[in-house]
Amino acid sequence: VHNGGLYKRPFNEAFEETPMLVAVLTYVGYGVLTLFGYLRDFMRQWKIEKCQNATEREEQKDFVPLYQDFENFYNRNLYMRIRDSWNRPICSVPGAKVDMMERVSHDYNWTFTYTGRVIKDIINMGSYNYLGFAQKAGTCQEAAAKVLSQYGAGVCSTRQEMGNLDKHEELEKLVARFLGVESAMAYGMGGSELKGIIRLAVKHNLLNIFLFPLLIQGCLILSDELNHASLVLGARLSGATIRIFKHNNMQSLEKLLKDAIVHGQPRTRRPWKKILILVEGIYSMEGSIVRLPEVIALKKKYKSYLYLDEAHSIGALGPSGRGVVDYFGLSPEDVDVMMGTFTKSFGAAGGYIGGKKELIDYLRTYSHSAVYATSLSPPVVEQIITSMKCIMGEDGTAVGKARVQQLAENTRYFRRRLKEMGFIIYGNEDSPVVPLMLYMPAKIGAFGREMLKRNIGVVVVGFPATPIIESRARFCLSAAHTREMLDTV
Amino acid sequence: VQEKEELIEEWQPEPLAPPVPKDHPALNYNIVTGPPTHIITVNGKECVNFASFNFLGLLDNEKVKSAAQASLKKYGVGTCGPRGFYGTFDVHLELEERLAKFMRTEEAIIYSYGFATIASAIPAYSKRGDIVFVDEAACFAIQKGLQASRSNIKLFKHNDMADLEQLLKEQETEDQKNPRKARVTRRFIVVEGLYMNTGDICPLPELIKLKYKYKVRIFLEESLSFGVLGEHGRGITEHFGINIDDIDLISANMENSLASIGGFCCGRSFIIDHQRLSGQGYCFSASLPPLLAAAAIEALNIMEDNPDIFQTLRAKCEHIHKALQGVSGLKVVGECFSPALHLQLEESSGSREDDVKLLKRVVDYCMNSGIALTQARYLEKEEKCLPPPSIRVVITVEQTEQELDKAASLLKEAAQSVLN
Repeated sequence: VHNGGLYKRPFNEAFEETPMLVAVLTYVGYGVLTLFGYLRDFMRQWKIEKCQNATEREEQKDFVPLYQDFENFYNRNLYMRIRDSWNRPICSVPGAKVDMMERVSHDYNWTFTYTGRVIKDIINMGSYNYLGFAQKAGTCQEAAAKVLSQYGAGVCSTRQEMGNLDKHEELEKLVARFLGVESAMAYGMGGSELKGIIRLAVKHNLLNIFLFPLLIQGCLILSDELNHASLVLGARLSGATIRIFKHNNMQSLEKLLKDAIVHGQPRTRRPWKKILILVEGIYSMEGSIVRLPEVIALKKKYKSYLYLDEAHSIGALGPSGRGVVDYFGLSPEDVDVMMGTFTKSFGAAGGYIGGKKELIDYLRTYSHSAVYATSLSPPVVEQIITSMKCIMGEDGTAVGKARVQQLAENTRYFRRRLKEMGFIIYGNEDSPVVPLMLYMPAKIGAFGREMLKRNIGVVVVGFPATPIIESRARFCLSAAHTREMLDTV
Repeated sequence: VQEKEELIEEWQPEPLAPPVPKDHPALNYNIVTGPPTHIITVNGKECVNFASFNFLGLLDNEKVKSAAQASLKKYGVGTCGPRGFYGTFDVHLELEERLAKFMRTEEAIIYSYGFATIASAIPAYSKRGDIVFVDEAACFAIQKGLQASRSNIKLFKHNDMADLEQLLKEQETEDQKNPRKARVTRRFIVVEGLYMNTGDICPLPELIKLKYKYKVRIFLEESLSFGVLGEHGRGITEHFGINIDDIDLISANMENSLASIGGFCCGRSFIIDHQRLSGQGYCFSASLPPLLAAAAIEALNIMEDNPDIFQTLRAKCEHIHKALQGVSGLKVVGECFSPALHLQLEESSGSREDDVKLLKRVVDYCMNSGIALTQARYLEKEEKCLPPPSIRVVITVEQTEQELDKAASLLKEAAQSVLN
């Protein structure tokens, strides 16, 4: 590990190579499925097999078709077969154990009917409930109930108009304190503000926008290979140039930075206006943690800005639960933009952005959500406030600290046991997101169903969220899981 | 290598965000203490609320709150996952069924955020190379959706059917030059039922005629008209008596009439089902917290049980529309039955900043005397067709006749003292 001196504790990450035999078999598996797909399409066209798709209206048959045939090929033939692994409806708190509504399909997953029975007490390894705050009783829930009866459920106005409640101000001050930054802003939705912030950060030369269109392209974004879809979309929409560096590979990043400063923009050779490095705290599909100390060292050396997306890592990493910055023992002032969501560790909804005061003031004035979108719902805000206070220990108990420690223990135990059993696990030893490699397309559906039979709910992912031969099952550990539950799994 | 080192040393980036002047009007938010209901406490003063989109007064309704409480006790607050991974609750399924039944369509799909609803729905169907005809006064969420879709956008003048037909004819001649391309280029018209920026409605029957003549699909955005127009509150299709299957997709957010959070799309299964895999806001975002879904279901129940509130709301809108006609210096923009009106300056002073300052003084005068109003906020540099600065007046079913009259007379006074 180069620059090992920057790390205070061992950083163990492993991505085993896919064994050759397995890769070949996987490709063969997909090939067979594709052939079958063509065959069945052929039969459907010739009406040998019944066509179960919903179809276009009679009156509109001569309109241009809404979907291209090929787009739907994957959907019809591969996805439909294992559709029951996803969108499983549940009817209880998404805690460590969950109740699921049973559903059967008589026509191979084209339609589902609910039998009305409920499967109780399924061990939940799929919800993003890292610190176990998704519970139906307890201080958080009581506080939220009080706020609900006082304020109502909705807000009916935007932040800049009449929707800025005193609760929102309280929340933002608390978030800023929690993260250790100057100021923070909270939004209703996790994904949309990503687009907003990136657009704003790189496009602020709006006064010149009509005069010098070239200036929009004056900014460079360096994004990690495996960044989440919403980050990539936001970056593309901003109009800046994007360059990708290999996942968590610091040499690749350094090379890109050097080239960018030395050579400037591709055609004009003028220097870049800003360089923004885009990384995530924990990558949800890989389970790896970003090499933050090295990234910060590079950032300081080359004077670029760092955008850290802590959607999964906030609350889940670090001795006091403050995310990946805390985990490495670094100062939050080194990160220019810290973004995160409240859905995962805090058991609520929405997201936040933290950073220096000028940045947050700029966002308060110019971001899309502040002007056009409804603000956070009050009981949700109360849930975030109570759970955050609990993690910080401000409510007087040590419950928060205990949960964070429990999560760390669970993570290490689970990963060790799985490795002992011989599975291929990706990612960092301390990451609570555990991907278990499956590879073969047939195994995806089978694994999900078998686990359900044994009353364990897991999440399986395949193409297009992961590369085609690397489908996996993903376990999300939680502080609410006890050792017996983990042993059962 | 020496040179490279020097270049690296010398390079200075620009600041990440430019500083915002302290007195920028959008920086200092109004702080509301307590619930934003009929009587609202803004910046310490108690006022009658004419600024929140709480059209049917359901924000403070006891039944809605108790349904949300029950759901809170059962499910906790958050869902901890997107719809695909154990984030689908039975309340979500129930809400989708109820919405589909209420709107008399086959299926409905829920999003957890109102802004994201139409912004995810449009790019799911319209891709690069397709053509979308949009009204000029379309709201910002629609503009974002169109931008994300990378399609060709053609703007037509607000509510001007002749202009739209002209554009459609031009497109037809283009098609004849290149029939192969025309066969795979999808075409859409995106309009709003009740426009947020201007307060008037779109001429839907003529749009339907154009739809069948030129073979374009219609996407209707009903955020303001859902729960307002029509005999039973089903929106503009009921208002005009049009068969709902003629509209390809109806999208609305639940943050106005239903006093909850989130949004939904409804239509035929053929169209809606596609969004379950390709709607960005659906697949990659956490699902709606169950207490908000339960609140929405209860709100729907109330809407179905009391169909006369829509008539009451419309009567109040007409009342205040008439009462505001005589205000000197301000003109009323919007239909007489629209619950969200704009008051614009009759004569602009020439600079937008000065107009905004004048309107702010009017708003402050009213707030000091007990009527809470707000200016309509826009992102000035990002809107395609920026509407002129205006004061937003929102009528809800809870306001009494005296309060409406008081608001009208206060506005007259304010306009007199500030603008003359």
